[in-house]
Amino acid sequence: MKKMLQLYADAREKGLTAEQESKIQCEIRLAEQEAAGRQSHAFLPSHKPARSLYEYTDLLHLQGDNEGGSLAFASVHSLEYLLERDALREKDGFPRKIRIGKIVKPGNDGDNKIVVVPTTVEEKFIHDNIRQQQEGEGSGEGEGDQDGEGGAGDGEEGEVIGEQPVHEQQGGAGGAGQGEGGNHEIESNAYELGRVLTEQFRLPNLKEKGKKRSLTRYVYDLTDKNRGFGQVLDKKATMRRLIQTNISLKRITPEKPIDAENLLISPRDRVYRILSKEKDFESQAVVFFVRDYSGSMGGSPTELVVNQHVLLYSWLIYQYENQVETRFILHDLEAKEVEDFYTYYNLQVAGGTQVSSAYALVNEIVEKEQLERDYNIYIFHGTDGDDWDTKGEKALPELRKMLSYASRVGITIAENNYSTTGRSEVETYLRKSGLLEEKGDLLRLDVLKRDSNEGRLIEGIRALIS
Amino acid sequence: MELISQHAKKIMEGCKERARAAGLSFQDESLEYIVTNRDLVELTPKVMIPTLYDYWVQDVEVLKEKGRYELYPSNPYETVINTRPPISYYNDNNPDWLNVMIFYHVIGHIDFFQNNIFFRHTWDYDFTSKALSDKRLIAKLRSEKGRWVDYVIEFSLAIDNLVGYFDTLENLNQTRQGGKQSLLDFYFDVFLQKDKGGTTKYIKEIERYNDLVHRVPDTAQEQFINAIKLKHPEFETLYEQEQKKQKTRTNIDLLQFLMEHSEFLKKRENQWMLSVMEVIRSTGLYFQPQIRTKILNEGWASYWHETLFLRDDRISGHEVDYSRVNAKVTSMPRVGLNPYALGMRLFYYLEDKADKGRLLFDYDRLRDREKRKQYDMESGAGRAFIFHIRENYADSMFVSSFLDQEFMDLHKLFVAGKRLNKERMTWQYYVKSRKVADYKNMVLGSLYHPPFIRISTGDNNTLMLDHLFEGRQLVRDFIGPTMMGIEYLWGGSVELFTSEPSEEDGDAMAGSDETKLVWQRILYTMNKKRLSRKPVNEVLKVW
Repeated sequence: MKKMLQLYADAREKGLTAEQESKIQCEIRLAEQEAAGRQSHAFLPSHKPARSLYEYTDLLHLQGDNEGGSLAFASVHSLEYLLERDALREKDGFPRKIRIGKIVKPGNDGDNKIVVVPTTVEEKFIHDNIRQQQEGEGSGEGEGDQDGEGGAGDGEEGEVIGEQPVHEQQGGAGGAGQGEGGNHEIESNAYELGRVLTEQFRLPNLKEKGKKRSLTRYVYDLTDKNRGFGQVLDKKATMRRLIQTNISLKRITPEKPIDAENLLISPRDRVYRILSKEKDFESQAVVFFVRDYSGSMGGSPTELVVNQHVLLYSWLIYQYENQVETRFILHDLEAKEVEDFYTYYNLQVAGGTQVSSAYALVNEIVEKEQLERDYNIYIFHGTDGDDWDTKGEKALPELRKMLSYASRVGITIAENNYSTTGRSEVETYLRKSGLLEEKGDLLRLDVLKRDSNEGRLIEGIRALIS
Repeated sequence: MELISQHAKKIMEGCKERARAAGLSFQDESLEYIVTNRDLVELTPKVMIPTLYDYWVQDVEVLKEKGRYELYPSNPYETVINTRPPISYYNDNNPDWLNVMIFYHVIGHIDFFQNNIFFRHTWDYDFTSKALSDKRLIAKLRSEKGRWVDYVIEFSLAIDNLVGYFDTLENLNQTRQGGKQSLLDFYFDVFLQKDKGGTTKYIKEIERYNDLVHRVPDTAQEQFINAIKLKHPEFETLYEQEQKKQKTRTNIDLLQFLMEHSEFLKKRENQWMLSVMEVIRSTGLYFQPQIRTKILNEGWASYWHETLFLRDDRISGHEVDYSRVNAKVTSMPRVGLNPYALGMRLFYYLEDKADKGRLLFDYDRLRDREKRKQYDMESGAGRAFIFHIRENYADSMFVSSFLDQEFMDLHKLFVAGKRLNKERMTWQYYVKSRKVADYKNMVLGSLYHPPFIRISTGDNNTLMLDHLFEGRQLVRDFIGPTMMGIEYLWGGSVELFTSEPSEEDGDAMAGSDETKLVWQRILYTMNKKRLSRKPVNEVLKVW
């Protein structure tokens, strides 16, 4: 928080337009709310783990049929046929309607299962279930249904009655993903989606596929931490927890010496290290997915960026025949690397935006791990174009450095609600820098409007990679 | 798909006898089929109507996240369909006792379909035969017009939730009552209401009329009306005007409006489209009541399968098996809303209440807790009362009229909230409220409710749609594509007035006060497949 205000002051000294200033202030406000205990959230509120009223049906319920037994759709026609038909729509003057539904997960255990289904939406005038504030853009509203859901049984008002992992219900990872873990006839992997993208949407093939070499191995390490139980007690972390607990219980006061006899230990204070499987593999390409997760990114910009990154990822996997390593980096004011796609997809905090931090982290990783020597390096960055470093003074040098080793840097700007088309900071300073022309073969920029659809995303990918 | 065995059919007939004896009423014939998973693959996209027309979307998975049931007011896993004779589907390996239970449940549904007035418009024909002829019609047209048939289906389906369902019901009701409003009704229902004389005058007039009827029963009405005409020379003109107004008032069936008024569709080469649209419209109308009576219908069927099963002499020895299945179907979930459970409990609750005479004002006025607990008039009117409900209610009325705090407390109901625990990355469910008002809001909020859109025309062949604001906006992403379809069918530009939360910088940026939404009227215009959007200040019509 301090750092944020400091940066704000710095930026102000350098001169800001009124518009820039209001944007920054907005983000600070969001961050303050965050600090005041508001939960950050995954933004997909539409998934309901509990069954809604109309999901109870006779066949499933009364006769005990399991949902898996019967498919929600019958694929009489092949994907190719449907896509062919869809192409005819354009000829007739109507927009395409079939989309490539996709993605279950790049899983934690290295099992990249992705489902490809032709999907479509039948649009109608219907009421929006979620009383939205611009899809929760910027706001910290975590609950999808403001009315809540039904329930029965004991419990005081306010009492927690159960919980459910966030990941599980995120069956589909995109707006255009699949439903709630339903079954699908055509199951394939990211590779397949990449093939479809390449063939059906005529995305270009990479000219040089690089040398073929692959080695995948797993190591097991006691790296993950878990509270409550596990293999090895992490004494230092446990101590820290313990003291925190006791401070809040007022059993430790700063002036008095600590009486260890008197301290209470909550079961959850014990922090353990647990065994976890770490994937360690070499491949021909390493792709950095970098995403802005600042406050202003909420809602549609995030969805657009992530969807595009998913498609990109699939396409690269096809091009490199699965030999792709991915790294996920999130940034607001500071950048951090996250482990998997889920986190990458879900995390949203309300913070300021500083693009340079992410670029610096990428450079650092590349340098430290000497990735440059062995890999083709791709970097895709998605942002809404806000940057507190309004003139790109810090970002541009880092970007230049990146361009020195990368095979391609693709920057996607998904416009949010606050900005005016074509006038985001990142876009402005990129264009001013002349890098787009100078390094045109390495650096690409794609600007998405907030109502962009799948087709537009694929269009964007073409722009980013061709 | 094959018929159930003679053995099972015999059981079914036995169930029917017992159900009739208990007071349910339904037609004699019914068809029961065994379905395999393979059959289901074909049936579910056709919402269990085996003869529904073909359409390519049935081959594609339809994205379900957004307002699934708002989009599809029909259930792909229905056991019984409302046809003549009613058709029901079964697994092939159900044991006899389970079949008995399911048969009773099915009979409950059939009774509901054939007696609830919200299904009135489906009583006079068999939907499967109609669907079959529709299917043939569409297949024939498709062989002539190719994929353009599918475009018309697509664009009509996009507005098939805007059919005048209640108008259809009202019309049916009116024809039963003999058509239009009489002069006398008009005098009392409309004319006098506008009169400044107030209640006293109204009562005086009624007395005067009753008195007249008493004295000269034969000519009372005529005399009375003539007197009015003398007193108010404008009376008849006003009556005519009102009749005209009533005729034009209900311009809310967009599909019908397009079929009647679109210049594009009137062209000779486009007239085949009308038949396609009518197919979509009548199919849409057919599906409307199902979703509006989900809680009632399932509750009713569950009430009866329980009541009748436990009484059935044929299945003794399977009580435990039964209760396991029954518990699964009719238990209240910890979190979620089970229409079987909620509806059934409400029926039991109301039956008990009516039996004890607790629906009366006297009970309502009672404040003493103990006295309330012991209040029992022994009226025995419970059964009759729930039959009255099954005949005359839909979900929204059912819930808003009869859900009360007593019921909430009895079944320990609450509204569950959900929040994210960041550290554990889990959703936590918690008890949000145990107040009946909140629960009611939650249930009512989750009921099917299509937008109400009024239609008129403007200059330059513009079709104007006015969306009645009910505190919710339309799904924005859907507006453009839907309007594109309407534009095609209308053959001119289309305007939509709707409400959306204001997007002004100040509001969007503040992000702090979520409860204060500033709603704004927005005008969407679709012209030559291009959508434009602008805020407007004026309201097209005053609602």
